[in-house]
Amino acid sequence: MPREGILVDRPYERLTREQVELIHQVSMQILTDPGLISFNREAVDILHGHGAAVESIAGDHQSWQVKIPEQLVLKALDNAPRTVKLGARNPDNTLIMHGDEPRVYFITGSETNIWLDVHFPTYVNKADPTREIRIPEFKPRRGTVDDLCQSAHICEHLEMVDGYIRTVNIQDRDITGDNKDVNKFFASLNNNTKHFMSGLTSLKQLDNVVRMAELIVGGKKALEENPIISFITCLVKSPLQFVDDTTATFIEVCRRGLPVAVSSSPQAGTTAPIKEAGIMAQINAEVLAGITLGQLVKPGTPVLYGSVPVRARMDTLGDSYGSVETSQYNIDCVQMARFYGIPNYSTSGVCDSKIPGQQSSIERLFSDIVVAMSGPQYLHCAFGLLDCNSVFCLLQAVLDDAHFKMIKFFLRQPRIDQPEMEAALKQMRAVVTTPQKLYISYIRPVLRSGEISGIYPFEGSGETDDVFEIAYEQMKDLLARPVEHIDRKITARIFEEIPGLLPRLNVYERGS
Amino acid sequence: MSKDIIAIIRENVIQGRKTQDDIGIDDSLAGTPGVVELTQQALERNISPQGIITEGLTAGMQVVGEKFSTKEYFIPDMLASAEAVGAAMDILKPVLESANVETKGKFAIATVKGDIHDIGKNIVAILLKGAGYEVHDLGTDVPTEQVVEFVREEKPGYLGLSALLTTTMIEMGVVIKALEENKLRSSVKVLVGGAAVSEEFAQEIGADAYCIDAFAAIKVLEGY
Ligand code: B12
Repeated sequence: MPREGILVDRPYERLTREQVELIHQVSMQILTDPGLISFNREAVDILHGHGAAVESIAGDHQSWQVKIPEQLVLKALDNAPRTVKLGARNPDNTLIMHGDEPRVYFITGSETNIWLDVHFPTYVNKADPTREIRIPEFKPRRGTVDDLCQSAHICEHLEMVDGYIRTVNIQDRDITGDNKDVNKFFASLNNNTKHFMSGLTSLKQLDNVVRMAELIVGGKKALEENPIISFITCLVKSPLQFVDDTTATFIEVCRRGLPVAVSSSPQAGTTAPIKEAGIMAQINAEVLAGITLGQLVKPGTPVLYGSVPVRARMDTLGDSYGSVETSQYNIDCVQMARFYGIPNYSTSGVCDSKIPGQQSSIERLFSDIVVAMSGPQYLHCAFGLLDCNSVFCLLQAVLDDAHFKMIKFFLRQPRIDQPEMEAALKQMRAVVTTPQKLYISYIRPVLRSGEISGIYPFEGSGETDDVFEIAYEQMKDLLARPVEHIDRKITARIFEEIPGLLPRLNVYERGS
Repeated sequence: MSKDIIAIIRENVIQGRKTQDDIGIDDSLAGTPGVVELTQQALERNISPQGIITEGLTAGMQVVGEKFSTKEYFIPDMLASAEAVGAAMDILKPVLESANVETKGKFAIATVKGDIHDIGKNIVAILLKGAGYEVHDLGTDVPTEQVVEFVREEKPGYLGLSALLTTTMIEMGVVIKALEENKLRSSVKVLVGGAAVSEEFAQEIGADAYCIDAFAAIKVLEGY
């Protein structure tokens, strides 16, 4: 049984059919004029081999202008699977995504450099020293592999997390460019039984991480049937450039037939036009270019239409995920992916705020609600992420989970039908004859059925706002709950066969 | 045997099952007799009403109260149990009267003149009845003269007044004055409540107690 996610009954759409078609047409024009600049030779050869016009560009870095004809794109769209399955160590955590079905799965990520610790020092009122309050303080530091284990552990227990994208970049002294991939894959897979998606630091490690996954599920064939890992590649850098190394990684992932999200992250104002029409036509062209390349490498490769569009902020020209346009672009992308029938990887919940608090709550909830309503299949909804993807805070992830439960409840389908109405009429006719005229006695049968939503789970008592403290207690409870690690025998084989794993990650050999 | 049926009554109070048609908190007792049927059966077997009340009804309500304070139970659960107890008390009342047993007392309750809010007042009435008081609900928008008349004729030990509007809460003071003028004030304890009312206001108008909710009322009454 796959995970349930949330099936959005009537997804919210911003674009008319004409607007969707216009974006598509203009994207096709973009792909031939100006086309894409490719810094990757192999991509050029593959596209050229299938009829794309290619021209070498003079300059320091070797690059080519590639013009991708429409029929190549349309054929690729035909070959791309409409249904993508993402497997999981625990098969009950499998995700099944149909491009035409707006069923939303909530996913963590992206990879942040900074980990935010929280503690609660006590402050004394200067005017009245008998009065004390505890206020949360947040301390940033560089992320470690231990942090990644903790984050994977918590996310295993957060009910609304459907799949796991690593949340923190591991920067321990003993982590190098060569051993980073194997350690981040192992730390995540060993502490979480949900689907795991990741980018790759070094292409050289691709076969090692694939081998690790094969060992876990029981071989190559088993991994094909239950792809417990998938990849995310931002092979097109905006505007319209195939990056050399990520494109190489993408091609290799496609060759192995593993699921991959083709994502593009243009920034309106800097790397894409500032207005909606422009960024939409460009991001769509960029994603289609990636999908086309992938389907030429191996027809039928499971791909996700990945969109991480964002608007630039005017004070710094950095990303502004908190801007409302960012949500608009994302919703538009969901609609484009649905137009093509390909499952969509979308983005919400990333905020500009640097710490948990009012700003972060408002920014993230705003986009979480509206983007979820549009029905993306794979919603990278930034559990715990702050400061535009640079900071991860476990406490925030716990809060996010509760808020997603509210969104899930909100998106339930209305139950208005004949039997419901008959029951209601019966109640009314009975209640009006009683002296008190209250329906309270009819509450009980639904009180514990899950049919009515609960009160805010972090509501404090009295006049103080205790949200963070209550969430912190819950976070500690979740960390104290065990997770199902990879078993002893397989762990031993993984440590034998896969080079570069840190011995301290082997839970069976820690000597405790 | 008599012990068994009292234990079953207590269990049904905890489950909030007034009659055999009620499901209860879970369906473990579904289809079996509820508090009303069991109370009748107990009387038929000549079990003492006091035993039914203290070991069955009150003991059950005690557990319900505990479950409420630990947040296992919600107000609708509490009300269901209170209604079950209230219905049992209606059955026991004539028996207690003929045996000259004292009840916890008569509690008259009204929403004052000009005010039609009654949700809170009704909840208080149900819970007090469930706590063993003989509750007389005079309704909403009740004229002062009617309240005074009821106190004179029926001699309740307690009078509860509810008001939710700042414009109608002054009517509570009017009622208390009228009771004084009719030399009835000392015969009855006056409890006031409702969103507009406060502790200070209650003192100002000479009420005996302000109650923030029905549970406060039960506490106050136990203190008398
Ligand atoms: C529901 C409601 C209504 C409903 C009432 C339905 C009904 N069957 O009662 C309707 C829609 C009819 C209504 C009408 C009006 N309402 Co109105 N209403 C409310 C509301 C939202 C909730 C009241 C309620 O039921 N609470 C839930 C119950 C469980 O709580 P409770 O009543 O406080 O009771 C608890 C305790 O207070 C205590 N308690 C109460 N009474 C007693 C008595 C005793 C003896 C004891 C021991 C304890 C006790 O125990 C109860 C249980 O815990 C309040 C807002 C509020 N915050 O209170 C406004 C409110 C009371 N209403 C208000 C107003 C203005 C009106 C109207 C005048 C509006 C209009 N312009 O028409 C009319 C009044 C008409 C009239 N003549 O009375 C204002 C009053 C403002 C003010 N100046 O005082 C309020 C505060 C809303 C607001 N902020 O504007 N209202």
